[in-house]
Amino acid sequence: MLRHSAAAAALVGAALFTGAAFAQSGKVTIVTSFSKDVTDPFKQAFEKANPGVTLDVQNRNTNAGVKFVEETKANNQVDIFWASAPDAFEVLKGKGLLQKYKPKAEGIPEKIGSYPINDPENFYSGFAASGYGIMWNDRYAKANKLPEPKDWQDLAKPVYFDHVSMAAPSRSGTTHLTIETILQGEGWDQGWRTLKEVSGNFSQITERSFGVPEAVNSGQVGFGIVIDFFAFSSQASGFPVKFVYPTVTTIVPANVGVIANAPNKAGAEAFVDYLVSPAGQEVLLEPSIRRLPVNPAVYDKAPADYPNPFKDASLGARVKFDVDVSEKRTNVVDVLYDQTVTFQLDALKAATKAIHDAEAAIAKKDNAEAKALVKEARDLVAAMPVTEQEASSPEIAGAFTGGKQKGARQAELEQQWASFAKERYQQAQAKAEQAQKLAR
Amino acid sequence: MAGATTAGRAQTPSASSKRSKRLSASPGQVAVALGIAAFLVLFLIVPVGTVIYVAFTEKGTGEFTLVNFLDFAQTDLFIRSFWNSLYVSAMSVVVASVFALPLAYITTRFEFRGAMLIQTLGFLPLIMPPFVGAVAMLLLFGRNGTVNLLLDDWFGVKVPFMEGLNGVIFVQAVHYFPFILINLSTALRNIDRAMEEAAQNLGSSGFRLFRRIVFPLAMPGYIAGASLVFVKVFDDLATPLLLNVKDMLAPQAYLRVTSIGIADPMGYVISVVLICMSILAMWVSARAMRGKDYATVQRGGGGLAKRRMRPWESAIAYAVVLLILFLVLAPHIGLLLLSFATVWSFSPLPDAFTLAHYGRVFGESFIYVKNTMVYASIAGLIDVVLGTAIAYLVLRTKLIGREWLDWAATAALAIPGVVLGIGYLRTFYDVRLPNGTPLAAFWIVIVLALAIRRLPYALRACYAALQQISVSLEEAAENLGATKLRTIRRVVLPLMAGGILAGFVTSFATAAVELSATLMLVQSNADAPLAYGLYVFMQSAAGRGPGAALGVIAVLLVALCTFASHLIIEKSQKVKAAGR
Repeated sequence: MLRHSAAAAALVGAALFTGAAFAQSGKVTIVTSFSKDVTDPFKQAFEKANPGVTLDVQNRNTNAGVKFVEETKANNQVDIFWASAPDAFEVLKGKGLLQKYKPKAEGIPEKIGSYPINDPENFYSGFAASGYGIMWNDRYAKANKLPEPKDWQDLAKPVYFDHVSMAAPSRSGTTHLTIETILQGEGWDQGWRTLKEVSGNFSQITERSFGVPEAVNSGQVGFGIVIDFFAFSSQASGFPVKFVYPTVTTIVPANVGVIANAPNKAGAEAFVDYLVSPAGQEVLLEPSIRRLPVNPAVYDKAPADYPNPFKDASLGARVKFDVDVSEKRTNVVDVLYDQTVTFQLDALKAATKAIHDAEAAIAKKDNAEAKALVKEARDLVAAMPVTEQEASSPEIAGAFTGGKQKGARQAELEQQWASFAKERYQQAQAKAEQAQKLAR
Repeated sequence: MAGATTAGRAQTPSASSKRSKRLSASPGQVAVALGIAAFLVLFLIVPVGTVIYVAFTEKGTGEFTLVNFLDFAQTDLFIRSFWNSLYVSAMSVVVASVFALPLAYITTRFEFRGAMLIQTLGFLPLIMPPFVGAVAMLLLFGRNGTVNLLLDDWFGVKVPFMEGLNGVIFVQAVHYFPFILINLSTALRNIDRAMEEAAQNLGSSGFRLFRRIVFPLAMPGYIAGASLVFVKVFDDLATPLLLNVKDMLAPQAYLRVTSIGIADPMGYVISVVLICMSILAMWVSARAMRGKDYATVQRGGGGLAKRRMRPWESAIAYAVVLLILFLVLAPHIGLLLLSFATVWSFSPLPDAFTLAHYGRVFGESFIYVKNTMVYASIAGLIDVVLGTAIAYLVLRTKLIGREWLDWAATAALAIPGVVLGIGYLRTFYDVRLPNGTPLAAFWIVIVLALAIRRLPYALRACYAALQQISVSLEEAAENLGATKLRTIRRVVLPLMAGGILAGFVTSFATAAVELSATLMLVQSNADAPLAYGLYVFMQSAAGRGPGAALGVIAVLLVALCTFASHLIIEKSQKVKAAGR
């Protein structure tokens, strides 16, 4: 038996060898949201390691990429989907558009930070990780005499009013994860309170992830909540920007998956294997890419100051993250944020400004009644139209998936939530203005 | 018979008798109409229909319903977005007219050195490459752009050029005013000089002459341009999104259509609303022209008499022209600076300059340039052929339902590129070529998508050109024994040449920088156009400079083509004038 399997292994090995030789003649088609800075070094390294194979990299934003794979499934020509956002892979997996594949690489742990690296069912694999943090334009901060932030809560301070930016969680899978982590870490009510206090200081909410670093780089916005590599690659390009990981931050993986019915399955699998192999992991250390490898051994080759989430507990390990909880309410959280913050930003900012002014007045001249009013105003801002239980209930979550069952329509819920938030922001503004008068 | 010229529509009472006479249009005309209808059905209506039918289905059951439209009307956000879109579009037409009128008037009415250069430069804003255009604009006019940093430094004030709806109006007016400029200039050139001379002989002059004679005669061109600006701004999603204005209709549709994992019909409902509004706007503009006759009999000779300016007049004219040019070319000035800049961040000007970005894009941009030229020229060609044919059918025949051709083609303006892209994938991906690859993977599909998206531009230009030609010229030709086809070939087409060329240039230039449908349809780097290459660069910090360099190359390329076509117009008019 043993000999049998040994022979089989030898056969498989030979097949693999020749298989690799076969795979060498071919094109691997990749749909990705990564920029040239990331894809070019990998393309070069992979093609060098596998002579004869060419990578055809098609750059699309994540949304367009998902739609493309979905619409072309009947006659699929794509081998690999390669992007950051885990939710995009979840959608593809849910629609049966991914193919199971467990990479051969060894030494890759279960989790990075508190987030599982690979899909438990092996439909997609993490190959790199990134942490969220705060990036700012140094010239902007100096010109406006703004202090350097250290933590998320700092961004809620009055000095940063109208100076901060973030991508909408509904448009950026990684921002979504950051928000979800705050909600899980601080609890539903307190989490939303923190989020709204920070959001009240936003000058804009962008529609693309890259919109935030772009605005910070050009100095249109001072501070941005971004993934680390946006900041690092901006620094590498010479922009006067700085970056800090808050004491508690999230680590989110970037993923790769083989498309179902891939025309070049062998080539696709070879690419996935390469990405998580030590050689592929080392490519991540290049300055223009600078993402965190998922293989802990590779950090030995990294520069001394390279962040290492496997050793540094503040990088992700302190945060707890429950994937099941997150999955159930993904759409609800996104739409809640859009309806109560993104599309109500003017009202939220007006309320926030009034609260800041009232508190400044109270700091100069204490007034118990005014304090109570400000507290009421803050509670009004923080109020949410749905509870944590409701958010993951099938009735509400079902409104967003277009499922077979009848029920509340998305538009109805959106209208309710938006008017709920708008009303309360206006009341909060009125109360805060009243408080300011009392404290004068 | 003069009453039955251009503007006489089937609805006018007097037309009924003529309809019976002409109802059976020639078989050739019917065939052409059917051919165009088939093209539009196949490449516009079916693909879009496969996507937006969702707007009319009930959640869960998939049955027909209008409840989604009720939701639209009951959602504050959508209603707010609707009014915002309407306001921004109307104001953009006003501001764009302020830019376009002086340029068009001065360059066509006066002996003005550099008129042709101004026409070309004035056309450039239309070629605003995606992403980089907005970045450049922000670096100049943004909250911490050049202008505001200097103002803050000198006077301690900042002007919110780019904030909120005003920012959108400003950018859109700069971006789309060439629609008015190009159509109005063509119309001014086509005005019969005798009309003006008659008015002068009767004692009219100066502003009165302009207001009562010249401008009304050029009305078809102005309306063609203004309606395009209105519809285009109403349906544009890129500019508001890049300025982070989300409460307008087109951005709302886009955000909803492209959100992953959410099955929400509202994006498609908004698309339907956009299509209806665009058709309505075109219908209103057609109605405004109804019952008026803009055709003139005498043609050629370079249009209006060009007057020589007195020195002080010419000084004012130059000042006005330069000021407008500076404003509307600001994005391109910014783009040029950006393409040479090392780092440009929170400062009035870049820190230093370099040629490195051009070096980086030089090698790989060749394939993009080639593809762009091929795609955009074929698309432009398809557009003017279809545009001329549709204009002819609508204005010169009494075919039943001919306006629908016009409206269907115009509706393309309102369809978000991403919806068209998804529709094409859905419709054509299952159709396989002989070698097994999907039809949608073939580059010709990109060309067709571009042609459909830019058809309204060419159509409006051709339409306006034909409106200005008196039908009596054709009748004269036919009375002399020429066949319909020969009349079209020898009389109509040569007289429309200016308008057709204007249409081609507009379609070509805008197709060259289109991204949203292209991004969905590009299937390999070898088939990718410039706009796609630009998009790829603009996704990273290090790509900003190279992206801008690629943008400059795109603009130069299209500008050269435009300049060449202006040369052709001038030359052909000189030939005509000499032959007279």
